[in-house]
Amino acid sequence: MLSNYVPILVLLVIAAAFAIGSVIMGSLVGPKRYNRAKLDAYECGIEPSPEPAGPHRFPVKFYLTAMLFIVFDIEIIFLYPWAVAFGSLGIFGLVEMVLFIATVFVAYAYVWRRGGLEWD
Amino acid sequence: MSYPSSFGAPAVPPLAAAGDPDLSVFGGDPLWLILLKAVAVFAFLLLMTLFAIVFERKVVARMQQRVGPNRHGPKGWLQSLADGVKLMLKEDIIPVLADRPVFILAPVVSAIPAFLAFSVIPFGPEVSIFGHHTALQLADLPVAVLFVLSASSLGVYGLILSGWASGSTYPLLGSLRSAAQIISYEVAMGLSFVAVFLNSGTLSTSGIVAGQRHWWNVVLVPSFIIYCIAMVGETNRTPFDLPEAEGELVGGFHTEYSSIKFAFFFLAEYINTVTVSAVATTLFLGGWQPPPIPYFSHFDTGWFPVIWFVLKLLAFLFLFIWLRGTLPRLRYDQFMAFGWKVLIPVGLVWLLAVATFKVYRENVTDRTPWLIGFGIAVGILLIITLVDPGARKHAERLEAAERERTRNAPSLDRIPWPPPQPSSKSPSPPYGPGPNRPSSVIVAGGPRQES
Repeated sequence: MLSNYVPILVLLVIAAAFAIGSVIMGSLVGPKRYNRAKLDAYECGIEPSPEPAGPHRFPVKFYLTAMLFIVFDIEIIFLYPWAVAFGSLGIFGLVEMVLFIATVFVAYAYVWRRGGLEWD
Repeated sequence: MSYPSSFGAPAVPPLAAAGDPDLSVFGGDPLWLILLKAVAVFAFLLLMTLFAIVFERKVVARMQQRVGPNRHGPKGWLQSLADGVKLMLKEDIIPVLADRPVFILAPVVSAIPAFLAFSVIPFGPEVSIFGHHTALQLADLPVAVLFVLSASSLGVYGLILSGWASGSTYPLLGSLRSAAQIISYEVAMGLSFVAVFLNSGTLSTSGIVAGQRHWWNVVLVPSFIIYCIAMVGETNRTPFDLPEAEGELVGGFHTEYSSIKFAFFFLAEYINTVTVSAVATTLFLGGWQPPPIPYFSHFDTGWFPVIWFVLKLLAFLFLFIWLRGTLPRLRYDQFMAFGWKVLIPVGLVWLLAVATFKVYRENVTDRTPWLIGFGIAVGILLIITLVDPGARKHAERLEAAERERTRNAPSLDRIPWPPPQPSSKSPSPPYGPGPNRPSSVIVAGGPRQES
């Protein structure tokens, strides 16, 4: 079964060679006429702010979105094998999955009600 | 009509075909054939990107009563190739504040998964290449659709790293927006797939296409609509192109990039567009199968299906361009609310409805479980309706608090006009109104009667 992955590896090698080769070539071929304005951070032509919104500071809202995503993505990954095997599970599978989705839905309703889905 | 025996045309979609799909036709290719197919997929993606960029510019130009690019090559069709060469020859700038290794790596990380996601898309049925019997598909896995999802998710790393490594404000905000947007809409996208798997009983793309011999599965249409919306959000395209909102964020995560590195973000974006179109074709529109028109349905063997596949793909590309030419951009909070509060609940409820429908159709004689499932679905719907007033109440509370906070703040109505005079000892200044004018006009805070 692992031999099914060989073509994907071959494509990975081709794509990686193309991408890395192009980036290296681009840095060799292009002109190099640096000056201070070019090397500054771009802020629409004004003096860039002395401390940009650096890697350590951004709105906490994005963390919340990421956590919600993890919860729901795991739920959906659980749904995939269930959907594939649904034909042989029958009514049992349906009831099981309804219970599971109802549980997640309660959490979803709680998040919604507490304003976790608002973007302000 | 040469299909593997396990995919023979069943009267109903193969619900009970659980277990490992028959992938024996894959994995046995000699190395030269694998190389040939990999290079073909690679070249197809590059050509589609070059084509899609010019196609988009030309179509949008026509929609805006312009001509569009028409200089390079016949009727301008080599425009994007010229752009690529030009970008390659441009100066490669790395800002001083940038994290150099990550900054250089980010476009590569963004482009490679974009190529990989396409490797499990079927172009056509089995054909014979130089006497070798093989499928027109680079690879197929028992978890092929999962592979597409994971490969396209890996591209998010490229965006996040590019914004983080730029050491600049706009790219950071743009990349965060991009990532939040992509992961939010990926949930809806993943949900819309589940109905397809319920229908086909497999995750392998060739199995899904074979399961859609009788492809107008009406139960899939709502999932298809959810997917179509989610795929636009997933590829950061208009009307969901908030990460690149030119008016707010300059250019989004690739603001600091120039030269060929910028070109790679562009390439990755267009390849992702082609990939989501191909996934839509494969999962919802029967892949390479001919349209269900009596005469066309004979052309479903050999190399003909590639034509159907490419035509369906182009239809989706045109849809993307049409949306761009028609719709304005959404606001970010509207966009996120739409994904989390509309697409996800609708997707979940529809998924349960499809599953219930399947069980019902197989157990028509026994109606009790059907009624139980229906009752539970109604219960879930009730929960949704109960949640909504709560959210509205919450919003009202927030609004009231906001009003309270701003009650004593200066507002336009309370700004005195004209401004109060420091000392009105002299009743009529030399430049002021004449002696006959009533002096009440100058009362502070009074209505403005003169201009």
